[in-house]
Amino acid sequence: MIESNESNMSKKILSLVLLVVGAVLLVAALWMDLTKTYLVLNIGINIGLRGLFLVLGALAILAGVYFIPTVLHHRAIINFIFLFPLLFTFAVTVIVPMFVGIFYSFTDWNGVSFSQMVGFSNYATMFKEPGFIWSLLLTVLFVIVNMILVNVVGFLLALLCTTKLKGIGFFRAAYFLPNLIGGIVLGYVWQFVFSNVLTKLTGSAISALANTKTAFMAIIVVYVWQYAGYIMLIYINGLTTVPGDVLEAAQIDGANTLTTLFRIKIPMIAATFTICTFLTLTSAFKQFDVNLALTNGAGSVDFLGNYLSNGTQMIALNIYNTAFARDMYGLAQAKAILFFIILAVVSLIQVRISNSKEVEM
Amino acid sequence: MKMKKSTVAILLIIAIILAIYVLFPFYLVLMNSFKTQSAIVTNPISAAGASFSQFITNLSSVVNNKNFVFWRAFGSSAVVTIISLFLLAVFGGMAAWVICRNKTKWSTAIYMVFISSMIIPFQVVMLPLIATFREVGKFVGLSMNGSIPGLIFAYCGFGGAMTVFILTGFIKGIPYELEEAASIDGCSPEGTFFRIIFPLLKPTIVTVTILNGMWIWNDYLLPSILLGQSSPNKTLPVAVQAFVGSFVKSWDLILTAALLAMIPMIVIFLIAQKQIMSGMVEGAIK
Repeated sequence: MIESNESNMSKKILSLVLLVVGAVLLVAALWMDLTKTYLVLNIGINIGLRGLFLVLGALAILAGVYFIPTVLHHRAIINFIFLFPLLFTFAVTVIVPMFVGIFYSFTDWNGVSFSQMVGFSNYATMFKEPGFIWSLLLTVLFVIVNMILVNVVGFLLALLCTTKLKGIGFFRAAYFLPNLIGGIVLGYVWQFVFSNVLTKLTGSAISALANTKTAFMAIIVVYVWQYAGYIMLIYINGLTTVPGDVLEAAQIDGANTLTTLFRIKIPMIAATFTICTFLTLTSAFKQFDVNLALTNGAGSVDFLGNYLSNGTQMIALNIYNTAFARDMYGLAQAKAILFFIILAVVSLIQVRISNSKEVEM
Repeated sequence: MKMKKSTVAILLIIAIILAIYVLFPFYLVLMNSFKTQSAIVTNPISAAGASFSQFITNLSSVVNNKNFVFWRAFGSSAVVTIISLFLLAVFGGMAAWVICRNKTKWSTAIYMVFISSMIIPFQVVMLPLIATFREVGKFVGLSMNGSIPGLIFAYCGFGGAMTVFILTGFIKGIPYELEEAASIDGCSPEGTFFRIIFPLLKPTIVTVTILNGMWIWNDYLLPSILLGQSSPNKTLPVAVQAFVGSFVKSWDLILTAALLAMIPMIVIFLIAQKQIMSGMVEGAIK
């Protein structure tokens, strides 16, 4: 009893000291902020003393709270301390920017400041911009084509990789390999393939990337090449959950390979199809890296009587360029909000449709 | 099911052709890193003109290039990825455990916010993120934009939702009696987490780390806007982009740079192939 009292006592002192030190550091940081005293500590690199005080002060207070000798509230304190780091970073990087972004989309924001509210004019402007409408339609086309192609190719690869071929482990790894490499690097590699290697192979003088239509198909080829291996892995996982005795029973009943595939395997892995369509849908919508590295959105096209030079630019790249190349941050933000709404609605519909199909099975 | 010999042969041929197609770009990158620019342009496919000494020449001109600063970029990428993965695993585990073991309105609300945030595309928060980081940085007196710690902070924020989502799914399956027993034996809640729950999380932490690691290592957009094109702290994808932009047609240097950027991932894949492939699947189906 005495011992625990003693340790309680020392805990109390430790807690108090930490809380006081933390408070002093925070007040010092605040004082430096208010009086604009910027002291700099130089240890190889310059570290602002104010920031250092603020971080150390906050840590000391957290530690002080941790050592408060209370049995009753200890669990609550731990809960708070455990949640704090992730919630704080999450709030600063996602939640705050999300709401700030919605607000900015109604202003004439230029990336640094805004002078006035402009209502829905950013939203109106983007629909008067043929280049944006084109990007939007192109993205929809890209998503539809990719959703079908990646799933078909991925599923066929999965069927191939679940047969008892020799060296099947190697083939699985090989097909998956492109997924490991980032879109930027892959984009440049394929730029080389299209403009230097394929032209040599086909003997044509013009690269596939020089023509808008073929350049768009090139993006699809690269995307399927990169993504099908990943989708294949998920289908393999689904196919291996189909019980062997069911397949055996089907074989005994005289079902051939195709009947087994369409009547047993595909219905039994309906949930896997839902996951894969969802993944391909959302990732194709957000496609940016390959688009940037392969064509940078270039390509001439006639659209609604307008000459456009962004023939292969998809929506994510359009938003990026609106902000960083054209310096229209408010407009870019409004486009991003619309992009979010479209993505949310489409994925909700997709999940609904797939779920209802799954129940029917 | 047994297959006919002819079917096996046909399938094997198809598998090999597909593998050649899938691996062909990798072959081109490797082969052409051993050639001079003129040899690449005249003959991009065959091994003609490839020599080891040329590879060394290409390698040294890429590594010593002032626009690329390969080792610096590699170091930045490694530091950002490793620290972010460590913090995400620890903080993610802590948060997931609290959310899972407290059936209060608050924990449910936090969980729902995490889950619904997963659908937010990066483009929506991209521009305001720079502004928020600038203001927060000004307020606390630490530079968040353009700095490695700022980037790690952002990765903790963006990776948090998925990490918590996967980990809560796993923690739900750990019997609560385990924690009660520890508590009766006099273990504090934080001790229970770090001594009992966290070690049990290991397989799921591996999955989460693989998913986050592939994303962070290959990510281009977030570091490019947070660090800026002129930053000396560029990560590897940003450095490759900046490098290629400055050498539009120098394929010898571009492809050698691509090779250097690919190698770390491929080496890790060869070492931990099974874990990576199953981790990617588990992350998707949860």
